[in-house]
Amino acid sequence: MSLESVSATSSNPIPNAPPKMTGDKVGVFYGEKQALFDVDLKIVANQVTSLIGPSGCGKSTFLRSLNRMNDTIDGCRVIGKISLDTDDIYDPSIDVVELRARVGMVFQKPNPFPKSIFENVAYGPRIHGITKSKAEMDELVHSSLRRAGLWNEVKDRLNEPGTGLSGGQQQRLCIARAIATKPEVLLMDEPCSALDPIATAVIEELIDELRENFTIVIVTHSMQQAARVSQKTAFFHLGKLIEEGKTEDIFTNPRNKQTQDYITGRIG
Amino acid sequence: MPSTLNEHIVTSYEDELTNLNKSISEMGGMVEQAITEGAMALLKLDHSQAQDVRQFDKKIDEMQQRINDAAVSIIARRQPMAADLRMVVTAIQVANDLERTGDMAKQLAKRAMQLENLGLAPKFYNGVKHMKDLVARQMQAALDAYLTRDSKAAIEVCNHDDEVDAIYNSLFRELLTYMMEDPRNITQCTHLLFCAKSLERVGDHATNIAEAAYYLETGLHLGADEQQRQPR
Repeated sequence: MSLESVSATSSNPIPNAPPKMTGDKVGVFYGEKQALFDVDLKIVANQVTSLIGPSGCGKSTFLRSLNRMNDTIDGCRVIGKISLDTDDIYDPSIDVVELRARVGMVFQKPNPFPKSIFENVAYGPRIHGITKSKAEMDELVHSSLRRAGLWNEVKDRLNEPGTGLSGGQQQRLCIARAIATKPEVLLMDEPCSALDPIATAVIEELIDELRENFTIVIVTHSMQQAARVSQKTAFFHLGKLIEEGKTEDIFTNPRNKQTQDYITGRIG
Repeated sequence: MPSTLNEHIVTSYEDELTNLNKSISEMGGMVEQAITEGAMALLKLDHSQAQDVRQFDKKIDEMQQRINDAAVSIIARRQPMAADLRMVVTAIQVANDLERTGDMAKQLAKRAMQLENLGLAPKFYNGVKHMKDLVARQMQAALDAYLTRDSKAAIEVCNHDDEVDAIYNSLFRELLTYMMEDPRNITQCTHLLFCAKSLERVGDHATNIAEAAYYLETGLHLGADEQQRQPR
């Protein structure tokens, strides 16, 4: 058995398949200050790509560019090109609300709406008109909660407030909410940093299952988490993409000295 | 991949890795000493020196256990990455090769005790002595390559392994010749054949250590492929 097949997964991408998202010479400015320089990065479909790097390196800035969340920040300007399949997401003809249904996001601090568990998940599909009947909506909410690994814990209390759940449950509710709009890509900004180790393990297991159907990009401060959950890792430093490659190569034999220094915990 | 490494931010982590390296160096020194004294005990048929070598082997075994424990502890507590991870993993491999080499030295000493009443003529042992000198040099070079992370020196050690094999084969034929000349030589020469085999194994362990040195420095495996063995 070759090492290739040991690390292969049930959702091995087709070799040479086009990337799901592509960043092409992406730069981001906050006012006059440039935070991201010339980033070229392909996000492979049905894989988890992790973005790592020290604080302020631009990884969250890049993540937010992928679904135009940076548009909500005053003075923020994106240059270069970001594509979802072959569409330029910054093209003026793009409906940014629809984009964010296709490229969903989960944040560091779980932020369920002040609504019931059911309504938290139903809200997105409702405003996007995804379902046509109550039965369809019920099925969508139930299947999203199931896929987020939360169903068994909440099936008897769907009308209770989402904010009444534990931290780990709230985060899984946010994941259920994000996947209810049937996105193609899921962006996760340090999804486990507010969670205990067991809740973290549950989310990591979920990420592994979700990538059968979604493409996932995760920003994380934990190198061990990046090493555990992702197939591809990109290392950012001071706004530049320093190195990217297969996760096991980055963590066993990185090509770049800066990468090595960061992942081993050395002063550069 | 540049080999010079800055210091860890966490000093205690840095110290643990440094100490692991020092332990390999110390164990290497002990094993080199064991080979020298084991061979000397054999060539002089010195019973007391042979006993010392056998006792010393216990210390070598304890050293291997300490290195293994330290490596496992570092993996559990520090989750080492990249070159640090390769260093910890190869330390386990190298300690294993060194422990086996220590056992080979002990074998030489045991043979010394078995040959004691038979005597050992210089013409018989000169070939063994020559082979011992060569593998001792190989072992030292391999350990130096590992401790200084010198991939070029590692390749050199692997290239010289052919020389070890050639000397072993020639020694084998020489000892057979003595045995055919005179049946009274058979016992001594058979013991020496086993010693030669032990030394040839030491040569293999030296090559293993050199391969570990190459992997530690480059993250790549040194193949049997001639091209890979050309120094860059």
